[in-house]
Amino acid sequence: MNLMMLLEMASSGFGDRVAIGSRDGSGMTYQDLYDQSGRASEYLNQHNVEHISFLSESSPALPVALFAAAWAGLPFIPLNYRLQDAELQSLAERITPTFTISDGADLQSLLSDVDDVQTTAWHRFLNDTTKGAIPEPTWNMDPDEIAILLFTSGTTGAPKAAVLRHSHLVSYILGSVEFMGAAEEEATLVSVPPYHVAGMAAMCSSVYAGRRIVQLPSFDADTWIDLVIKEEVTHAMVVPTMLARIVERLDEQSAKKIVSLKALSYGGGKMPRPVIEKALELLPETNFVNAYGLTETSSTISVLGPEDHRTAYTSSDPDIRQRLASAGKPLPTLEVSIRDESGNAVSAGVSGEIWVRGEQVSGEYLGQGKKLTDDGWFPTNDGGSIDDGGYLFVEGRIDDIIIRGGENISPGEIEDVLLEHPNIRDAAAIGVPDEEWGEIIVAVVVLHNREDFSESAMKDFTKELLRSSRTPDKIIPLDELPYNETGKLLRRVIKADLVKRH
Amino acid sequence: MEIRAGSRLKSVVCQTEVIAVKAPGTDLDIRCGGVPMVDPTGSVSDDVNPADGAMNGTQMGKRYVDPDETIELLCTKPGDGSLGIGDALLAIKESKPLPASD
Repeated sequence: MNLMMLLEMASSGFGDRVAIGSRDGSGMTYQDLYDQSGRASEYLNQHNVEHISFLSESSPALPVALFAAAWAGLPFIPLNYRLQDAELQSLAERITPTFTISDGADLQSLLSDVDDVQTTAWHRFLNDTTKGAIPEPTWNMDPDEIAILLFTSGTTGAPKAAVLRHSHLVSYILGSVEFMGAAEEEATLVSVPPYHVAGMAAMCSSVYAGRRIVQLPSFDADTWIDLVIKEEVTHAMVVPTMLARIVERLDEQSAKKIVSLKALSYGGGKMPRPVIEKALELLPETNFVNAYGLTETSSTISVLGPEDHRTAYTSSDPDIRQRLASAGKPLPTLEVSIRDESGNAVSAGVSGEIWVRGEQVSGEYLGQGKKLTDDGWFPTNDGGSIDDGGYLFVEGRIDDIIIRGGENISPGEIEDVLLEHPNIRDAAAIGVPDEEWGEIIVAVVVLHNREDFSESAMKDFTKELLRSSRTPDKIIPLDELPYNETGKLLRRVIKADLVKRH
Repeated sequence: MEIRAGSRLKSVVCQTEVIAVKAPGTDLDIRCGGVPMVDPTGSVSDDVNPADGAMNGTQMGKRYVDPDETIELLCTKPGDGSLGIGDALLAIKESKPLPASD
């Protein structure tokens, strides 16, 4: 098995459809993409390297480089172009000898200081591979070859390289995407960066479904809205911070109407309930999909589909309404189980660690081996629970759980309540070491209007909705909360700051 | 022929080509149109006759499985034959399409 198998099927099944490009027909068809990937595989082979890396924003060079690397049998490594210079250089040193497709500017010169790194600009890479003979389809079908290495975002410690083999990605695509399942006019807007697992998965699933890719290299809510309208985009995936901005901008400009968007999926972090409720209100014709997944699981493992959204949103039963905050049900191709600290399964509704098993699950890091149990389960380090209807609730990283007076408290539960407050735009609940309680709960909040802030009134508000042992001991207003560029809240940074103050 | 995950096979009675996405790694008598399939360098032959009832066609992108799902073949090129192991025909693996999530 090889990712190229997906593209080969696309080119023979619907070669003349536009794979990546505009509604006006300009761009690259699936046949073009196949041909150019073939020529690019020879081009990459000529450089005698062991890895192909990609250090640039999204562009048509991305799918070409990804599939060319698969054709050439070399691992593909998208690098995070927002890292500090030194961090980036040290990552590059870990993957030499490598050929890097870069931005042709600052990033390229940064890498040229590293030994055994050869680089070219992405537009030159495309130019140099537009013409010439197409090689025989000779890619390796060994399912255990490495397809992609993805450095995890490293909210703690040095980045680890998650290993995704062809078998993991192909299993994920075959299990979740119907071949040519997209109608001819469908287009997907990809605004997550290449170094995010959803960015890689988007290339593979769009190709297999036959859905035209439109790229937004650098996210901005207004550009996103304009592009959806101009390109008649039907599908898109966003992280929660993006959706929050999009909803804000749509709300402010009633003249801008999005009508083409059939499906909007979101994931990559916890979605504040007011944001998703506002989105459902502003986009009544759009189907919403909440996807939960990890880099180590080749993207999505659980999905809250459109029906579930509508049922939950309109239900008067609080338990069903609550499912709007869930990650839906696990994919039928894999198993999810909630385990206690000794690895035993817990009953419905009880919190524990989310474990997952299935063909798309890698759970492997380069140089560290597989973090799987003997019987194939991957402990995700995410906390969660499954209700009696089979809906998965994700509570965030286990390390972030607050232990106050011996009680385990999920920060998400407190944050959900805080976000219901009309003056709170964003919130995080953090456990800060305390002599009496072990940890106390400190809430940091971003306000719409700072002048109206009263800590005691806000505490009273939380007391009405939370058990008293779970209400914040302190509430501190901040101008902004720190996020990484793919929308992950940097709790570690907030905590370090609070510990200093406490 | 020994079939493992990743093995490619071609029909000798039609244009069908498949890839094994799941396989036990043992010898299996995989057929198309009732005639044993060959490795992808082989070609269609006029000398063989397809078996009766084994010419219902294959569909691109569909996965074909035996009742126990010990083998799963992905159709990468469609044709007129039906896939089988020995005389037993394989069935299309039914899967509920999932909403696009990335």
